[in-house]
Amino acid sequence: MENVYENKMTLEFLSKSSNEAFARITVASFASQLDPSIEEISDIKTAVSEAVTNSIIHGYEDKTGIIKIECILFANSIEIIITDNGKGIENIEKAKEPLYTTKPELERSGMGFTIMENFMDSLKIESVLGVGTKVTMKKVIKDLKKSND
Amino acid sequence: MKVTYNEKDKSLTLQITEEIDHHYAEKIRTRADFEIQKYIPKKLILDFSKVNFMDSAGIGMILGRYKMMTMFGGSMNMTNVAPNVKKVFEMSGILKIIPIIEEVGGTEIGKCI
Repeated sequence: MENVYENKMTLEFLSKSSNEAFARITVASFASQLDPSIEEISDIKTAVSEAVTNSIIHGYEDKTGIIKIECILFANSIEIIITDNGKGIENIEKAKEPLYTTKPELERSGMGFTIMENFMDSLKIESVLGVGTKVTMKKVIKDLKKSND
Repeated sequence: MKVTYNEKDKSLTLQITEEIDHHYAEKIRTRADFEIQKYIPKKLILDFSKVNFMDSAGIGMILGRYKMMTMFGGSMNMTNVAPNVKKVFEMSGILKIIPIIEEVGGTEIGKCI
């Protein structure tokens, strides 16, 4: 039953780049309750790092704002919702294209959304210009013990 | 970052000791550019043996150093890449221009190639 959650947590922090490691490590630590593999944990950390970095660099640019992360644990999956109240994304389809970036001068690779999409099982991006962006990602944690039976 | 320069083959090995995200990529970039401009090496080797995390900020940072090496007429390789870091490399296609090399002669850096 996917709509019945087992556990939940919310995290709020300033959009400072020094919080990128804090954010991904905290989410990974919370996700560890599902007993994920090393690869699954690494995928989650990378995807969270991408989303949080996007909020810092693109959402808030030179300003400082609040980034909110909500994590919901289900029986065999984790949902991660990352929200900012930044400037929003003008063209989501374009932003999702591999190698597309609006900030090449910062040596951004344009791979953020591609990594989130590939490392997680689902990705939803909602954005309103001048209001903010909400990224919802889900990762299914495979139960190796069960599948080995 | 641990820096090793081999005078004999003019190779510069930079062993990155931080996690590579947007925050640390800027620090690594500044230090790497300083060392590259100091030695103008023929070969740049990025050693990832101490890197257990990298996101797409690493791709941008590495491509930037690659451009600099190309400008100086040098080549660039990467070594000791963990599986999770390699996964990010594979997704980006960067390995087509900057290959991963096996280190020869154990873990001692600066003596590879």
